[in-house]
Amino acid sequence: MAVKSTIEIDQEKGNFHYDTQYNYDAGTGLDENTIRYISDVKGEDKSLLDFRLKALKIFESKALPTHWATQDLENINFDKIRYYLAKGQQPSRSWDEVPDDVKETFERLGIPEQERKFLAGVEAQFDSEAAYSNTKEQLKKEGVIFIGPTEGLKEYPEIFQKWFGKVIPTGDNKFSALNSAVFSGGSFIYIPPGVKVRQPLQAYFRINAENFGQFERTLIIADEGAEITYMEGCTAPKFETATLHSAVVELIALKGAKIQYITVQNWSNNVFNLVTKRGMAMEEAEIRWIDCNIGSRLTMKYPAVILKGAKSRGEVLSIALANDRQHQDTGAKMIHAADETTSNIISKSISIGSGRSSYRGLVNIPKHLKKCKNNTECDALLVNSKSRTDTYPAITLKGDDNSIQHEASVSKVSAEQIFYMMQRGLSEGEAMSLSVNGFVNDLISQFPMEYSVELKRLIDMEMEGSVG
Amino acid sequence: MDSLEIKNLNVTIENKKILDDFSLTLPKGEVHALMGPNGSGKSTLAKTLAGHPDYSVVAGESLVDGKNMIGLSPDEIARSGMFMAFQYPSEISGVSIANFIRAAITARLQKDEELQATQYYKQLYEKMDLLKMDRKFTSRSINSGFSGGEKKRCEILQMMMLKPKYAVLDETDSGLDIDALRIVADGVNKMRSPDIGILVITHYHRLLSYIVPDKVHVIYNGQIVQSGDKELAFELDKKGYDWIKNESVTSL
Repeated sequence: MAVKSTIEIDQEKGNFHYDTQYNYDAGTGLDENTIRYISDVKGEDKSLLDFRLKALKIFESKALPTHWATQDLENINFDKIRYYLAKGQQPSRSWDEVPDDVKETFERLGIPEQERKFLAGVEAQFDSEAAYSNTKEQLKKEGVIFIGPTEGLKEYPEIFQKWFGKVIPTGDNKFSALNSAVFSGGSFIYIPPGVKVRQPLQAYFRINAENFGQFERTLIIADEGAEITYMEGCTAPKFETATLHSAVVELIALKGAKIQYITVQNWSNNVFNLVTKRGMAMEEAEIRWIDCNIGSRLTMKYPAVILKGAKSRGEVLSIALANDRQHQDTGAKMIHAADETTSNIISKSISIGSGRSSYRGLVNIPKHLKKCKNNTECDALLVNSKSRTDTYPAITLKGDDNSIQHEASVSKVSAEQIFYMMQRGLSEGEAMSLSVNGFVNDLISQFPMEYSVELKRLIDMEMEGSVG
Repeated sequence: MDSLEIKNLNVTIENKKILDDFSLTLPKGEVHALMGPNGSGKSTLAKTLAGHPDYSVVAGESLVDGKNMIGLSPDEIARSGMFMAFQYPSEISGVSIANFIRAAITARLQKDEELQATQYYKQLYEKMDLLKMDRKFTSRSINSGFSGGEKKRCEILQMMMLKPKYAVLDETDSGLDIDALRIVADGVNKMRSPDIGILVITHYHRLLSYIVPDKVHVIYNGQIVQSGDKELAFELDKKGYDWIKNESVTSL
């Protein structure tokens, strides 16, 4: 049993950690033995072990993408990271059975409270494995599956194997290969045909350990006409050394299904957050990514939708806030692969102090398609002269019967605006927070309510803290 | 008696002296006008009183009911009861007038106090009616796409809602047509009371036909060179600022 000892608290909500005893530890560094250890403790069959080992080879063979991305990636020391840390293998179905230190962690983050208030199901991951996972009885009766990927493969192999790794192949990029080699935790969700889940399912990812890498893997399948909203949140304590978070998230929306995937990324700013997210929308299906990046040292994440079925729809609404010493390298990809598909990208980035935001977009509409539409808007706000923003939109439009619309803007919160607001009695932090909220308001108002409240609170905290 | 007392204010911007031993006393309950040609230091005075960081106060005091404001941050000065209506108010997109004013009022509340929303909107609508502002205005972003008249009315609306002890109106008449000028002046006149001192900064006497001042001061080269009653404004209008310039040269 774990011994609870020192708790480190800081004014930031997520910045505390417990000296936890782990029963499963793959040690430091990455080689074949690390992978055999993970696969073994998880009781996986040989085919999955082979999948992992093959992924390791691909990971090792790929260079870091520093020819287009930041050199900061070179500061990740893959030999100093711990790839698997878990207290146990099975998540508890009741908070009472969760070990005290883990339970207290999630209580401080408000997870059980949110579950009672508005969630249909929760999974709470602590380092490598879920410590708690529960779905409302009614949903289970309707056939909704909400478990981890390891359980998913064991209990529902025919659904799992049909889609696992199909939207994002192992070799998609260096970090999807890394995830494929060492993944643990994450969610496997299946919504049966016609089932519309009204309340969101939520996963919360918590990193507690130092020098650690979290590699959850999520696969969500909404069967024909099904609807689901999934929310993920994340925090970690701030350590001097770098922490790595590298997830792979695959979504499949079958005919007429709707998936809304919401992220509030609030990692501490020593975390490298390198995540691959992609959904595939079949005929008349809809996938919407709401992606908000507030934390981390470096985030590289470009949620994508492959519009595979006619009349399918893809959307990415994103907000990135880069404060001092942070780099938010985010964007969106829309791959049109059928007629009458539409996509919408709205990206708002805020750079403060030495913070840096980059937008990278990729929209592809090939020549043979008809009546496809894309709308891209990217707006950047600079909160002082040191901050930096870059936009790299890549839009390929071919054929006469397709249309795109692209707007981009860069604006500044000027010293005069701040003075004006302060003259009305607002503190500098309140003034900045108000102008930043003003900048993102029209976008946030499109988000689900519980979520927009939380987001505004986070932005306020960031802005208050950014006043020197 | 309570007053805004500006004592021997010396202000430079980028090492250039703008205000030179400037002194003025505005008793609470009075309206004073400060007139002067371009470059005489009018706007510098307004911004200095509001604590603008670009203006360095080399010496002097600005006393709000005896408490010196020099060295305080702009928001502290504002919360001490000093309001400035801007000549060029900033646009803040996405922040509605209603939310902005509410945030400003909330910033003045004590920790355990709370703003009553119904009471707040009742007051806001009352003042907007006085200024002949459409209620739809409350949801518009502060100053974004406003006409000159709308911006100035919005400044006066904020002044009415924030109830300052002293208000400095910096060239509030600039960019206004005659109808807007009347509405704005009406608003200011309705604010006149024993609880507030108002300093109207203007280049032209036109505004002073509508807001009749208790006293008129003329600023030139960063100093007050003449003070008098409202007639001074009209004299100045007839003779032009050259008269003041010549006077001040001969008086030296």
